[in-house]
Amino acid sequence: MGKNAWVFKMAMRDFRKNFSKLMLFVSAMVVGIAALVAISSFGDNLSKDIDGQAKELLGADLVLGNNQPIGKQPSDSLATDISEEINFASMVAFPATGESRLTQVRALEGAFPFYGELETIPVEAEKSFRQGGKKALVEKILMAQFNAVVGDSIKVGEVTFVIEGELEKVPGQSGITATVAPAVYIPMEFAEATGLIQYGSRLNYLKYYKFPASLPAEEVVKKFEELWEDDKISSTTVENRRNQTGRSFENLANFLSLVAFIALLLGCVGVASAVNVFVKEKLASVAVLRCLGVSSWVAMKIYLLQILLMGLFGSVLGAFLGTLLQYVLPSVFSDFLPVEVSIGIAWSSVGFGLVTGLFVSVLFGLLPLLKIRKVSPMATLRPDGDSISLRNDKLRWLVIGGILLFIYVFSYFLLGGWKFAAGFTGFIIFAFVALWSVALFIMWLIRRFLPISLRYTLRQALSNLYRPNNQTVSLIATIGLGTAMISTLFFVQGQLLDEVKFADKEDQPNMLLFDIQTRQIESVVASIQKRDLPILQQVPIVTMALESINGISRKVNDTLPEEDRRSRGLYNREFRVTYRDSLISSERLVKGELREVKNPGDSIFVSFDEGYASRTGVNLGDEIVFNVQGRPIKTYVGSFRDVKFNQVSTNFLVLFPENVLDNAPKFHVVITKTKNDRQAADVQAEIVREYPNISVVNLGAIVETLEEILSKIGFVIQFMAFFSIATGIVVLISSLIISKYQRMRESILLRTLGASSRKVGTINTLEYFFLGSLAALSGILLSYIAAFLLSQFVFQLPFRPVVKEAVIVYFAITLLTVLLGWLNGSKIIKKPPMEILRE
Amino acid sequence: MAILQVTKVSKTYKSGNRSLTVLDDVNFSVDAGESIAIVGPSGSGKTTLLGLCAGLDAASLGSVMLVDKALEKLNEDERAEVRSQNIGFIFQNFQLLPTLTALENVMVPLELKKRKDAKEKAAELLRKVGLEDRMTHYPTQLSGGEQQRVSIARAFANEPKILFADEPTGNLDTETGEMIEDLIFQLNQDLGTTLVLVTHDLELAKRTNRIINIKGGKIQEAQNG
Repeated sequence: MGKNAWVFKMAMRDFRKNFSKLMLFVSAMVVGIAALVAISSFGDNLSKDIDGQAKELLGADLVLGNNQPIGKQPSDSLATDISEEINFASMVAFPATGESRLTQVRALEGAFPFYGELETIPVEAEKSFRQGGKKALVEKILMAQFNAVVGDSIKVGEVTFVIEGELEKVPGQSGITATVAPAVYIPMEFAEATGLIQYGSRLNYLKYYKFPASLPAEEVVKKFEELWEDDKISSTTVENRRNQTGRSFENLANFLSLVAFIALLLGCVGVASAVNVFVKEKLASVAVLRCLGVSSWVAMKIYLLQILLMGLFGSVLGAFLGTLLQYVLPSVFSDFLPVEVSIGIAWSSVGFGLVTGLFVSVLFGLLPLLKIRKVSPMATLRPDGDSISLRNDKLRWLVIGGILLFIYVFSYFLLGGWKFAAGFTGFIIFAFVALWSVALFIMWLIRRFLPISLRYTLRQALSNLYRPNNQTVSLIATIGLGTAMISTLFFVQGQLLDEVKFADKEDQPNMLLFDIQTRQIESVVASIQKRDLPILQQVPIVTMALESINGISRKVNDTLPEEDRRSRGLYNREFRVTYRDSLISSERLVKGELREVKNPGDSIFVSFDEGYASRTGVNLGDEIVFNVQGRPIKTYVGSFRDVKFNQVSTNFLVLFPENVLDNAPKFHVVITKTKNDRQAADVQAEIVREYPNISVVNLGAIVETLEEILSKIGFVIQFMAFFSIATGIVVLISSLIISKYQRMRESILLRTLGASSRKVGTINTLEYFFLGSLAALSGILLSYIAAFLLSQFVFQLPFRPVVKEAVIVYFAITLLTVLLGWLNGSKIIKKPPMEILRE
Repeated sequence: MAILQVTKVSKTYKSGNRSLTVLDDVNFSVDAGESIAIVGPSGSGKTTLLGLCAGLDAASLGSVMLVDKALEKLNEDERAEVRSQNIGFIFQNFQLLPTLTALENVMVPLELKKRKDAKEKAAELLRKVGLEDRMTHYPTQLSGGEQQRVSIARAFANEPKILFADEPTGNLDTETGEMIEDLIFQLNQDLGTTLVLVTHDLELAKRTNRIINIKGGKIQEAQNG
């Protein structure tokens, strides 16, 4: 019999008796692998479906867009069909109830969409809508919000339409888009009559093209690209949209995979801790094998093979569950998906899961398994001799390096940037080192300061935390890391929501009225003041474009070498600016000074938002010529401001001094604060009735919408967090079962020496209480750090520690640990000591 | 002709700055086919000496020649090969592999020697020690005496040139102990194996050809058994 055949035989012999213990190790990794396979399969199928349904994403072969009428284009003659749309944000009102809301109004002409369809209830509504008349199609979310039914009226600007049908689905639009800006389709012929197409309205003109199959849209774009660029017309083809959608969903899939990967990493900790105990129990057998002449590597191979087998078993099980799980995913993500996702076995994802599972089980199992190489045959004669230290073992450091490299490489592929991957790996290392240090510190603290006067059970339970065979480090690491991840998700979600509610509750403005024409401003202000409400801000807004900067126009800029060229966005942007000689509370001067214009002919110094200036390379002193409705105005950059855009206020990238734009065409924004929701609804209803062109944003309503969106996102986050929680619980259970084997002897000896079951039970329960408490607290502390970093650097919000959620997480984790620990230990306590001693 | 030659062997353990000499300048030899007993009080260094003689550990100073091989010149895996080819062990606490049946435990040394008849030979040895009806039992299903008999069968399985026994009856009652002693000496005689045993039990020691008395890490005297 060859050496390898013998190793296999020995592994199988040993395996028979270890199967149930090794199952713990399998269960720890199954959930992570399942999540990874499910998300990877889902991503594969989604990407296939985006490719397959690309034309339906856009609804046409080519879409041209501009903020002014597009007019006749040379491409028109090449098309087999053309459709046009003007869309803009506007208030719509439901006359039946007098309620109103800001929506996306789309005035449509022609047969758009050419691919896919506007799905309506009733189905024939789509057809009858196109037959003409004052008919509207209204997004179902809007219908539901105002309890409207087909046949009711809806008022858009000055015109009242009959709701012909409820919009179920619009090509390329996901559920979440509908929540943010529900659409109302009206016929183009009534667009003008609404009175909403006027100066200051943010209009978006779209022209949809259908070309013959023989003419690729890219060819058309290539032909007229320059012409369109000169007219600031944007063009989007099916290919552009597919890439854009594909990219954003690839990012989503990668982010979700990262969450699954974290669950897998958590499982890996479970694997390492299960193998650690497995190895501990095997050391005596290894010593005997060494005595009988088995070399250290052969001995290790016997156990490595078992780990490999269980890793394979766990991976297959995980891949199977993951494939089943992807049936659930489309309904979880339905609000975010613009295409129908098909379901099927994605073999590449199954293979990916199998390889990953096998790899991590060996990599993480190897760390404790390396001890086997160091077992001395002398241990057969002196079982309690020197404990094995791997501190100077090169292989151990190599495996640790391999683990870090694996985490880095894996996260690099998911996050797509070395900096993010390094940050993620760094945080994982930090979290482990922090938890490990906490555990060691607590053990030291108890050993050093445990008062002898404490009650016996309490003293025993605390001593168990540092005695040999303790599980303090591994339990605090596993439970702590799980807690940290789960609570970080909760904290961040809670904080985002609080941020919005905070803005609503404190002494902050809560209603914005915009698109107010100059002729309307006085009467609008009067009607607000009539209700005894304050005018917190009244801001004039002038739209303009940037014509040149330091003498360089857009055309000249395009000819410059790439390193000298400025972003096209700077020239293409429509700037909405205001004018005043002072700062408001949401901004702060950081460089230069605000300079007034006192006499005609004075130089005009404008102020830029510092962040925008640095992104676009605008410097103090730069000469900028703005085009204000056809009239050039020469200005200089006189100062930079730090603007807090997340405050409820009108904030501007560019601020002009007074006495420059007084006579320019403009519109106005008014900000006020209503006392309650009822009053807010009344003001909104009155304004919309009197001035249909004015849009009203009621912050209370925004909070509602935001809560709805966040709850949808929250559901996805919680669904993903479920994997971490499930893995965390499995790892917790396996850690506790493992610790049962560790504590069994002590418990039995205590029973033999006369301790009552109750006393032994109390000691065990207290020990788990301390472990659960410490782990939960360490995890919560870690998640505070993570939430702080996220709020500072990602969301750029002031960090507010969340207390309520932290308390809930603490009690839940501690209770779960105690409960599982108690369930686990109760079996031992009930058994007669002799039965277990004989085992 | 010496099968085991111990020359000027010392063993020192270091703990921090302190060192503890457990064996100090030990010299003796054992001829092929001879049986010897190493006796001495607890902590005298008997077990350490047995470990060094069997190549389970390396001496700090001196030389151990076992079956013409200088153990101090071999690494741990080379010493494992020497053990596999030439040595049998019997331990005070039996040291059976808990996940293997009695038969499989005895098969291990035979399989390591790549014997094709491992199963038949192991079964024959178990019959010799009177365990023919216990072959498929796991160690936890056997009594102490039965476990030690499996251990003896395993020790003799690879027909070792030399057998090391560490307190072989230390964990057994008198009656079972005597039965195990008889079995060891019987097999020793039948197979012509050299026997080195460590014991507290002077009665058992007297059954060997020679007794080596050790105290404080030094050999006090050698006497005939």
